[in-house]
Amino acid sequence: MGITVNGTAVELPDDPRVSLLDLLRDGLHLSGTKKGCDQGACGACTVLVDGQRILSCLALAVQYEGRSVTTIEGLGADGALHPLQQAFIEHDGFQCGYCTPGQICSAVAMIEELRRGVPSHLTVDLAAAAIPCSRDELRERMSGNLCRCGAHNGIMDAIATTYPAETHPGAAE
Amino acid sequence: MTPFTYVRATDAQTAVRLADSRHPGVRYLGGGTNLVDLMRETVERPTALVDVTGLSNEITETDGGGLLIGAAVRNTALAEHRLVRSRYPMLARAIVAGASPQIRNMATVAGNILQRTRCAYFYDQAGSRCNKREPGQGCDAIDGFNRMHAILGASPSCVATHPSDMCVALAALDATVHLNTAQGERRLPFADLHRLPGDEPDRDTVLQPGDLITAVELPALPLAARSAYRKVRDRSSYAFALVSVAAALAVENGTVTDVRLALGGVAPKPWRPLAAERALRGQPATEAVFRAAAAAELAAAEPLRDNAFKVELAQRTIVAVLGELAENGLAGGGA
Repeated sequence: MGITVNGTAVELPDDPRVSLLDLLRDGLHLSGTKKGCDQGACGACTVLVDGQRILSCLALAVQYEGRSVTTIEGLGADGALHPLQQAFIEHDGFQCGYCTPGQICSAVAMIEELRRGVPSHLTVDLAAAAIPCSRDELRERMSGNLCRCGAHNGIMDAIATTYPAETHPGAAE
Repeated sequence: MTPFTYVRATDAQTAVRLADSRHPGVRYLGGGTNLVDLMRETVERPTALVDVTGLSNEITETDGGGLLIGAAVRNTALAEHRLVRSRYPMLARAIVAGASPQIRNMATVAGNILQRTRCAYFYDQAGSRCNKREPGQGCDAIDGFNRMHAILGASPSCVATHPSDMCVALAALDATVHLNTAQGERRLPFADLHRLPGDEPDRDTVLQPGDLITAVELPALPLAARSAYRKVRDRSSYAFALVSVAAALAVENGTVTDVRLALGGVAPKPWRPLAAERALRGQPATEAVFRAAAAAELAAAEPLRDNAFKVELAQRTIVAVLGELAENGLAGGGA
């Protein structure tokens, strides 16, 4: 059994030292996923595994046998951008663009976590079924993705515009 | 990374057997968020990995009204569990105060417990001496930049802190660790799992090579329904604790009837301040008593060059958290 990447079956590497990130970039030439720090600090390598966001730099590829991986290439394509990709363009959600694939993968999964009711450090009422998502809450939930250009305000705008029902932009500012 | 073999175990007995046949140099692999990083830095150089993420990832109620948490439960899954949020809110809050959402999705409960210090000298294989990494080498942290280091429980050979938030709550909650070993199954109070460095700082826990954590059990603890976790750090998210406090408090007619406390960021292990708890039980729930209790614990603090501020910070954080819990109780508030 191999691993599924953006819907395509892929063989696992023979060497267990190969990270999921290196498999994607060097093995499959899916260079959308970026290597930033390679030590779990920056979030540039964020991909989705069965819909959950993880850091592909800290993941050994062999650990993900039988799982389904989605990268930025699996979310959108030329001429058929994911709505969040389009929103990043419209809201200046990037300058250099290096952190952008990780930001977008992270945000797509973050919305699912909100819908599921996963609490965050800022959640006031742990018993509440629905979590009100202020701008501060959005920032907290995206704090695993750094942007050295400082495009965080645009990133927040892009996410809030794309997912208005989940994020209630400005509700608790 | 140095070469290693990889094998996946689907149950605890198989994992222990696989590990047993690969000694020495074998390590269990959870989510990899710490071990893979350390292997890349060649701080850890295992020759074999036994992947234990296929072990139990279930959270079930025990007959006694507690919770049994499988070792492979991911941190996010534990924090979002309905019963953890309602019965042990300090645990849910401790987990979401740690790391980032991506890391919490990967990290397992057992991996979180067995993660290693983030002391920069421990990581700096090429440039620093470290007794935890290379026993007998010396410690560059003691006279180095030690703002993040321990004020309690350290030794002349190591002053590193335990980095986990989740473990601070587990210490306060009187958790029990379930183990599977080559000699069979056994249980261990969580408070006895991690050890102080003494002159063997390379041994973080009392576990023997091959011992496997299979589950963590939380006892029924009604007072934990009103509990809190407060973490003080250099930035408001995605940073390790300078000081953290997990606390549960029961107050009746203005008197502290029961209390659980644990501290993070101040010691080589999740620190259970029993002196402070003793100074609180049966006493009036007043700020003066809270302050005296914190002082009783911190009297033993031995700050280093850069971290004396932690003594006052721990003192104030304990008082603030207890004050908050007492106030909520008087106001008739629930969890």
